[in-house]
Amino acid sequence: MTWASWTDFFAMGGYSLYVWGSYAVTAAVILTEVALLRLRRRAILRQLTGGEGVRRP
Amino acid sequence: MNPPALALRRINWFHYASPQTFLPVAGTLVPWFAWAAAAFCAAGLYTGFFVAPTDHQQGEVYRIIFIHVPAAWMSMFIYLVMALWAGVGLAFNTRLSGMMASALAPTGALFTVIALWTGSMWGKPTWGAWWVWDARLTSELILLFLYFGFMALHAAIDDPRRADRAAAVLALVGVVNVPIIYFSVKWWNTLHQGASVGLTAAPAMAATMFAGMILMAFAAWMYTIAVSLHRVRSIIFERKRDADRTVQYAKGLRQ
Repeated sequence: MTWASWTDFFAMGGYSLYVWGSYAVTAAVILTEVALLRLRRRAILRQLTGGEGVRRP
Repeated sequence: MNPPALALRRINWFHYASPQTFLPVAGTLVPWFAWAAAAFCAAGLYTGFFVAPTDHQQGEVYRIIFIHVPAAWMSMFIYLVMALWAGVGLAFNTRLSGMMASALAPTGALFTVIALWTGSMWGKPTWGAWWVWDARLTSELILLFLYFGFMALHAAIDDPRRADRAAAVLALVGVVNVPIIYFSVKWWNTLHQGASVGLTAAPAMAATMFAGMILMAFAAWMYTIAVSLHRVRSIIFERKRDADRTVQYAKGLRQ
């Protein structure tokens, strides 16, 4: 195992800002795209069905 | 004619080129590709952070490559697929092709942003600079502008079919940039390092590092397919709305 402890893991050998900065922004950008896609789908389906479609619980 | 060829002929491939028949097919496929993306991502992250060793030259900062390299590959590959759909749309005038090109563009731009951002996060500790006007970096930035240009041009034209054709021409012209990005590290003396993975030689890295990168690349592929199929469904619905509106308008006119 590369890491002695979780602290060691989060420290990333002194490069935590760069490594976690990369992963955090990537995750944020992807989650934003997925959220926007869902909003787009919901908006057009509501428009097409006039709100009479099947609503997700 | 032999039986297999006959069987192949019985399937009408153009049947699936119709947006209305493609709609449910895409809907069925989306969750499968989404789950595959999640599974590959989990396996890739585990391999990248807990199996792959520390790089003896760069230390832990090299672990950025598990997203940087797959994102950079995807940014170029999506552009090629987008241009291919655009070209098919121009040549055969199929409606779905233009919609596929439009569905891919935002995700291509997303991967370009990720490649540039993570490259910058790697460049600062390694080169001492967030950004340099190196051939690889500059051509990748141009790729981002090509994606933006494609989306902006498409959005600027009201008639979707005309928008498809205009944006398709832009996409096809921009293809010239992709080999420039890919070969930039060979053609010029770039600060960006050369390819660590090629088709002709064994990868210049530990097998576990390579495995982590490939798993993440598969995750990026599956994600792209899931997201673009999801988006193309919304696009089909949106254009249907326009068609219905036109019909409604025509119904209200005196004939």
